[in-house]
Amino acid sequence: MIELLQQLTFLERGVIAGFIIGLICPVIGSFLLVRRMTIISEGLSHITLTGIAAGVFLSQSVVYLGFINPLYTGLIFSLAGSLLVEKLRQIYKHFQELAIPIILSSGIGLSAILISVTPSNTTEWFNFLFGSIVTVSLSDLGFIFSTGVIMLVLLGMFYKEMLSISFDQEFAATSGISVRKMNFLFAVLIALVISMSMKVIGILLVGAMVTLPVAASIQFAKSFRQVVLIGILIGELSVLGGVMLSIYFNIATGGMIVVTGVFLLILTMLIKKITRYASGFRLSQS
Amino acid sequence: MNTHTNTPAVEIENLSFAYRNQNVLEDISLKVPHGSFLGLVGPNGSGKSTLIKCVLGLLTPDKGEVKLNGVPVKKFDKWSEIGFVSQKANSFNSGFPATVFEVVSMGLYGKVGLFRFLRKQHKEKVREAIAQVGMEKYAQANIGQLSGGQQQRVFIARALVSDPAILILDEPTVGVDAKSVNNFYTMLRELNNEKGMTLILVTHDIGAMSEYVTDVACLNKCLHFHGDKQVFEDNKEEMMTAMYGHEVNLLEHNHDHGHHHHHHDHDDAGREQA
Repeated sequence: MIELLQQLTFLERGVIAGFIIGLICPVIGSFLLVRRMTIISEGLSHITLTGIAAGVFLSQSVVYLGFINPLYTGLIFSLAGSLLVEKLRQIYKHFQELAIPIILSSGIGLSAILISVTPSNTTEWFNFLFGSIVTVSLSDLGFIFSTGVIMLVLLGMFYKEMLSISFDQEFAATSGISVRKMNFLFAVLIALVISMSMKVIGILLVGAMVTLPVAASIQFAKSFRQVVLIGILIGELSVLGGVMLSIYFNIATGGMIVVTGVFLLILTMLIKKITRYASGFRLSQS
Repeated sequence: MNTHTNTPAVEIENLSFAYRNQNVLEDISLKVPHGSFLGLVGPNGSGKSTLIKCVLGLLTPDKGEVKLNGVPVKKFDKWSEIGFVSQKANSFNSGFPATVFEVVSMGLYGKVGLFRFLRKQHKEKVREAIAQVGMEKYAQANIGQLSGGQQQRVFIARALVSDPAILILDEPTVGVDAKSVNNFYTMLRELNNEKGMTLILVTHDIGAMSEYVTDVACLNKCLHFHGDKQVFEDNKEEMMTAMYGHEVNLLEHNHDHGHHHHHHDHDDAGREQA
């Protein structure tokens, strides 16, 4: 497997990474959507930035830590942030929406400090913030691939349990599902999806990949399954369109993927409006 | 199904529960034998829902214990034997993108286990449960687009799909029209008579339920009565005074007993959940 990955060109690596992200982001997004928690991706992406900044800082200022890939420190911060959000939501039981801004502002504050003390060039930060498909290294692809596989396995194992909890927590508990364990696992999955996506899409835009495809699919979906499947389709189309456009025009990949996603969202809104108008027209005719 | 004939289906021993230093339940002891249909009645705020949550392990009592089929609820793990229809069931997010089929399937998730998707026989089971409540036409319909009564039937199907030996229903008829309520009670009686299912029905609607149940328990912080339905019927006046206390006096003042009473219940319906 590793040998196969090594033979890939930088572009192929980036495209594969993009497709893995296009598959997994909408699945997590579907659960976040029905739990009304899509905003969590914004908070976590900013605390992930802190982790990245910490990783870059450590690898540059401590000689024997030079091997650190900032993706991994990003993941650790993202995990900690995700669990903190859960904790904060319990503390502010009646004001749960406070959890995200607290995490988000702490993340940006710490990032600002770490970035300012780290001697590095702006292009590197630009890539972290807005994504760059051409800088996906072999080690990055390995990270994205392995977290992607882990997430697919976990989602396959607990899809039913998570759907049941998202719909009706009390009933889920009485059908023998451990709500606490599932919420913990879900927090881990959100953290994983954020850190795996950021290399290609960029920290500031990860939230878009989690939200836009399902925002489009919910307009047509009749079942939860359809939310997920149509979401994946739109997610992959956004990646495909975004990557092609970004290579062609040499523009930040993340930006192009997100703009494609927004375009598809507007398109689905128009289609929905037209079909509704058409069926209304048919009704008035008969 | 009925293998523990000697152990009661549900056994509550000296249970007390306090919420923010206020006693909600005091020293409740209650045995529900297999095959019985218990109507658990009491005014709003009497602790009915709290008691049910203790029975289901959703709340931990301060004192006392609950046993399901003789097993303490903390150690109980055969949750597919228990069906639950919650009072809150119809306050879900009505935009939730799930079909009736998907919602009813959720009742099997505890039984199917990890990593395994619903197989053919599971799907067949889901279809049966949907048909049992007369919703087969709506299997692929979105749950949010159904009427209150239809949604309630779907939630019954979700509770029935795992073939529970015990079915617990907490105010299942709130927001359901009168005609559906009668059909609904008839269906419960059939489950009790034909399948020998043990039922616990929590309600403040004493009139409608007493036709159908076999036993009655009256709760208002303490257990005021538990026994055969006939005994309850014969001493109804006394029971009501014991249970409702001064509230009844207050209502008599209005010379509009039944009607006002009904209203009062509905106004309070939301508060009990808090």
